[in-house]
Amino acid sequence: MGFVTTFLSVVVLLPIAALLSASTTEGWHQFWSVVTAPEAVASLKLTLGAAVIVSLINAVVGTLTAWVLVRDDFAGKSLMNAVIDLPFALPTIVGGLTLLTLYGPRSPVGIDIAFTRTAIFLALLFETLPFVVRTVQPVLHELDREAEEAARSLGAREARVFRSIVLPNIAPGILSGVALGFARAVGEIGAIVLISGNVPFKTEVAAVFVFNHIQSGDQNGASAVAVVMLAIAFLLLLAIGGIRYLATRHERHA
Amino acid sequence: MRRLGLRSVAIFYLVAILLGPLAMVFYRAFEHGIHPLWSSLTDPNTIHAFRLTLEITAIAVPVNTIFGVVCALAIVRRRFPGAGIVNAIVDLPLALSPVVVGLMLFLLYGRSGWFGSWTSAHGVQVLFATPSMVIATIFVSLPFVAREVVPTLRELGDEQEQAAHTLGASGWQTFWRVTLPSIRWAVIYGVVLTTARCLGEYGAVAVVSGHIEGQTETATLRVQDYYENFNLTGAYGIAIVLAVISVLVLTAMTLLKPKESA
Amino acid sequence: MSIEVHNVSKRFGSFQALDDVSLDVDSGSLTALLGPSGSGKSTLLRIIAGLEHPDTGEVRLAGEDATVLAPQKRGVGFVFQHYAAFKHMTVRDNVAFGLKIRKQPKAEVRARVDELLELVQLQGFGHRYPAQLSGGQRQRMALARALAPRPKVLLLDEPFGALDARVRAELRVWLRRLHSETHTTTVFVTHDQEEAMEVADRVVVMNAGRVEQAAAPHDLYDAPANDFVMTFVGDAVRFDGQLVRPHELELTYDADETTREAQLDRIVHLGFETRCELTLDDGSPITVQMTREQAAELELAPGQIVLVRRPRVRVGGELPDVVG
Repeated sequence: MGFVTTFLSVVVLLPIAALLSASTTEGWHQFWSVVTAPEAVASLKLTLGAAVIVSLINAVVGTLTAWVLVRDDFAGKSLMNAVIDLPFALPTIVGGLTLLTLYGPRSPVGIDIAFTRTAIFLALLFETLPFVVRTVQPVLHELDREAEEAARSLGAREARVFRSIVLPNIAPGILSGVALGFARAVGEIGAIVLISGNVPFKTEVAAVFVFNHIQSGDQNGASAVAVVMLAIAFLLLLAIGGIRYLATRHERHA
Repeated sequence: MRRLGLRSVAIFYLVAILLGPLAMVFYRAFEHGIHPLWSSLTDPNTIHAFRLTLEITAIAVPVNTIFGVVCALAIVRRRFPGAGIVNAIVDLPLALSPVVVGLMLFLLYGRSGWFGSWTSAHGVQVLFATPSMVIATIFVSLPFVAREVVPTLRELGDEQEQAAHTLGASGWQTFWRVTLPSIRWAVIYGVVLTTARCLGEYGAVAVVSGHIEGQTETATLRVQDYYENFNLTGAYGIAIVLAVISVLVLTAMTLLKPKESA
Repeated sequence: MSIEVHNVSKRFGSFQALDDVSLDVDSGSLTALLGPSGSGKSTLLRIIAGLEHPDTGEVRLAGEDATVLAPQKRGVGFVFQHYAAFKHMTVRDNVAFGLKIRKQPKAEVRARVDELLELVQLQGFGHRYPAQLSGGQRQRMALARALAPRPKVLLLDEPFGALDARVRAELRVWLRRLHSETHTTTVFVTHDQEEAMEVADRVVVMNAGRVEQAAAPHDLYDAPANDFVMTFVGDAVRFDGQLVRPHELELTYDADETTREAQLDRIVHLGFETRCELTLDDGSPITVQMTREQAAELELAPGQIVLVRRPRVRVGGELPDVVG
């Protein structure tokens, strides 16, 4: 137990403390002015906006994919199931490079979106693809199919069965997958650094902003935005914990 | 009919986003023939990069495995008030950008940092050297073993361990003979995920390493190096080596998953 | 609503669940589908409900062909063995579901839910969640839910199987009473022959995908169509190559040309009756049942050698014509 706390303190907590300390050494006002500098704000807006759009897409496509994997059966399904984890296994920089080869200069299908915002979306879609699928799959698997049959026997049509019986039960799974994907999207750097061009105000995400400002020696600017990203990460973890708590409330009454 | 539609959408999405691009990389790597590919891969700096990646992984994985198992045991078997917070802190690396991690270490071990002044006074090079890269990699790959073991331990319950105690086994014996064997698949799966994360780490080591060719470049950093220096074949070359390793990792994951959740 | 099943077959992979099954259920009756696991009874019930489709054959509800009709359109109420409760809805919302689907006005829905909760004695539990109810309460909720939209047929798939013995017994009585009040055509599946005999007007005995016999309970007992029905419904033992009921045998000390020697292994006192477990001269086990008085008269003790006989005339009735 002591080992755990010591290890965590040294490895995780101390660095966090160092960051918080460095970003507030010159006081709250300084911090605020750095964080609200136009370039910083632009990078945060881009990051959050992209994360939101990507999360919405993931919510729909991820649930659909999980549905196909659990309820459907066809040749190649297990291959498809295995492939979903590829973004977890593949280094992010390789991920970015692979997207660049198909959708960048010299694209064989004629789609060149390198150095555009679309490239950022694509990179984030790649990296966050598995999250919703993997959080929804087990829930879908465990669903009481007879409840759906009961609904049908009571007269509910398929869309209604999905809306009233399936969705409420998989919603927590979808939400936690979305939250994890969102966190990943906000922090992603490897997949983006090659493909987006990192142009300030246009295609510079928060993570790249931090990176560039470390390189250029602007530790204040980098730290300020980094603190915002840290806060977002904490909020998301809280949200995920909250989702888990709410999801089990129906069972806890027993 | 509706089923076919859903299926097609899912397959199309996966091909467009995952498989298509991956296939392209393999094609491009061999586009100019084996020779340029081979010379890029056997460049001494590239070989050093691969070695460095493996060295860092070889340190980070065992460290995080031990931590993960101990932490899981502490969270599940000992009811202590801070368990939820510990859980959240362990999960943090999953939600936090690697660049932010790099920055935090940069601040901590930089010349004016809390540890930085101490280490530079004693001639220990942390930043722009392997030690900081190891620490960074440990940070980002921290959660995986713990997250896999915690639910497994919870589900197992401690009856088996209680039985072992009544039969005379000490704490250590119980751990080795009863607990560890029953969580072994979860541990192995966690190790596979940790290894994949270590091999693929980019953002944090990019910040703390200084990108010094031949000294502090890992395989992933080298990909970027090659690409930015227009050595596309080299970049694709390293990429496919990493991709092949990833596919092996993926295969391991797929094979282990049913055992892990059984 | 009457139910007709004509020549229905259903196969799951290589397993033949139903093999050319035909059945008629009269409107307003209470019928049991009785059989061991794998006999096809649940599959038949689900085909009637529309939750499965038969490979061949047809199903008619109230004379109309309903073989491929969706379950939503059949007007059947279905109760599952493991309740299939809507876990994320309150008891009230569960019961109201079928009514809300039909877009009935709120006031009517509320009134009907109140009526049903009272019927199943769950008034006051309306705002709880299924996880907060006991097994028996959950099943009563499931019944209320199925009855809410006034189905023309009520189908129950081993409804009491997941409950403990006492609750099972209470709910059996309750189901019988419910049926006599509502007169809804009811079909339920069970593997418990006591339950079938106690509750149903008519019992359909099934085995390995086929109907062995469909008759009133006492007819099944007194005039079983074959060995399977005889052994499944009530006890049966083999004596002189024939299947007989234990109480059709008697023990005696007087030998004649029909008696067989047996050793008395064990005497079980079952309240009103006494059951004797014996081993015949050929080594086969046999059971003989008699009243306490008869047992007392014989002064039986374990280890004794006695004689077993099947008398030609049974006290109180005709000797059944058994196909053995």
